[in-house]
Amino acid sequence: MIDQLITLWPELSKSFIDTLIMVGIGLVVSFVVGLPLGLLLFVTDRDLFLENKWVKSITGVIVNLVRSVPFIILLVFLFPFTDLLLGTTTGPVAASVSLSVAAIPFYARIVESSARDIDRGVIEAAISCGASPWLIIKDIIFPEIKSGLISGLTITAISLVGYSAMAGTIGGGGIGDLAIRYGYYRYDNFVMFTTVILLIVMVQVIQYVGDFTAKSVKKS
Amino acid sequence: MISIQQLSKTYTSKEGTVVGVDDVSLSINQGEVFGIVGYSGAGKSTLLRCLNILERPTNGKVTIDGIDLMSLSSKELRKARQSIGMIFQGFHLTMAKTVVENVGFALKAAGVGRVERKQRAEELLELVGLSDKANQYPAQLSGGQKQRVSIARALANNPKVLLCDEATSALDPNTTQSILHLLKKINKELGLTIVLITHEMEVVKEICDRCAVMEQGRVVEEGDTYDIFANPQNELTERFIKTVIDFTIPEALLKKTQGTIVLLKFTGELAGEAIVSDLLQEHRIRGNILHGKIDYIQEKPLGTFVMELKGDEQEVNRALASLGATLGEVEVIENDRSTDYTMARAE
Ligand SMILES: Nc1ncnc2c1ncn2[C@@H]1O[C@H](COP(=O)(O)OP(=O)(O)OP(=O)(O)O)[C@@H](O)[C@H]1O
Ligand SMILES: [Mg+2]
Repeated sequence: MIDQLITLWPELSKSFIDTLIMVGIGLVVSFVVGLPLGLLLFVTDRDLFLENKWVKSITGVIVNLVRSVPFIILLVFLFPFTDLLLGTTTGPVAASVSLSVAAIPFYARIVESSARDIDRGVIEAAISCGASPWLIIKDIIFPEIKSGLISGLTITAISLVGYSAMAGTIGGGGIGDLAIRYGYYRYDNFVMFTTVILLIVMVQVIQYVGDFTAKSVKKS
Repeated sequence: MISIQQLSKTYTSKEGTVVGVDDVSLSINQGEVFGIVGYSGAGKSTLLRCLNILERPTNGKVTIDGIDLMSLSSKELRKARQSIGMIFQGFHLTMAKTVVENVGFALKAAGVGRVERKQRAEELLELVGLSDKANQYPAQLSGGQKQRVSIARALANNPKVLLCDEATSALDPNTTQSILHLLKKINKELGLTIVLITHEMEVVKEICDRCAVMEQGRVVEEGDTYDIFANPQNELTERFIKTVIDFTIPEALLKKTQGTIVLLKFTGELAGEAIVSDLLQEHRIRGNILHGKIDYIQEKPLGTFVMELKGDEQEVNRALASLGATLGEVEVIENDRSTDYTMARAE
């Protein structure tokens, strides 16, 4: 078994790194784009301080559109776009384009829903102090949802691990791809089990780190 | 200071329209504590929220310190709101901020720099008696302490007006008292105009100079607190006053009485006991006090007596007439003659 592991090692570690790249890029992009998008969805809602029906519905529709396309289809659909952007459609970086596109609206909805949990009165009190919209977002909403944002990133990261397996099979590489190639096409149970264990460990670690960080930023 | 002219607010939704405030005009003077009472759904909060345009009135005009609030751009409105503090029943503090940061937020909104912010926030906490809690989180405070923090926050930018939406409704009687004292203190010391809404007449009696009674979005009665208590015109106002000055005589006791039951109100400088004893000496009747209480409203006494007068019918009538002449009004609660002696003085 040790022998098997040694022969598998180079490919296993490369796949692992590829998965990390896909999940990592997806996570960073979903945070950078999804957070403002989620906040936008929230503050333009009815009775809120930047209420704007048009912005709210257009953003909402786009977010729902992306979310309603099954990921595997989104992946293929985005090939031309990826090609245009990177000049290639294979490799982990290329795969992370569609992963990011899928993760952005996912995370945006998580941001929006954790912002909805904020007591409206707290926001109202801030408005009655004469605070600007930006100050309210930065100083009231953001601190209140900080731990929700981290839990949201945890959920997004775990979903990305799952999606990255799909993206991997059509040219992205990564652990999922390895499992399919060996486990499915060659009936190699050893590789199959190793990758499954690796995925389980990965998800557990993400969950643990996420929960821990979320808890530690939660003051009061 | 505050002028509200023909203000209305209606909410329109798919289910139809709801009237929150219906054609209200009020004017509130500089430095006074003005109370607005009414039952749940009367439109008190809606009216108050129109005063800093948290709710934009559908119609009418709101002027504070000469500024027509509805004509302001959103930036000007933010500036104006800095001089209109507001506190709420639910305190509405940011849980993720410490006490001093919560107060500091209002200063930040006004663009005050970090160093000055800290200093000013500490001064304010001193004012509300919470210096020792500066670095705690709201979750660690009692309701009364939270309300003090929110008062400090509301006062941060030296406002001219403080709006209070049921500020004491979530607090126990003792804490309510201490918050009311604090409000009275800042009203006196800082010359702040306070508009306070409540469903407790006790609160009005305690600190309001003037008050208005609301029902279904309208103001049904308005005036000096003492006058309102001494001489309510509206049936709803009377009901509210009964929650504080209750002179209902138990049915069983009423049955045992034989004479004429009268309600006497001694207002202002009239000393109740002296008038009653004079009455009994001058007329050949016997009197029996069923209820007697003196309330102090705006530091002026208001005596409410319920008496049973017994004796010769004519003699009782004469006594009532002379009482009417001194008091202006005597209400006969129960007798078989049901004569109204109101305005007997006018004869
Ligand atoms: N955002 C809103 N949308 C629709 N109707 C509203 C809204 N806010 C208030 N109303 C309606 O306006 C009326 C007055 O409400 P308001 O909150 O001002 O009453 P209130 O006197 O403050 O009552 P309470 O003592 O319960 O706080 C009610 O009939 C209420 O249903
Ligand atoms: Mg209310």
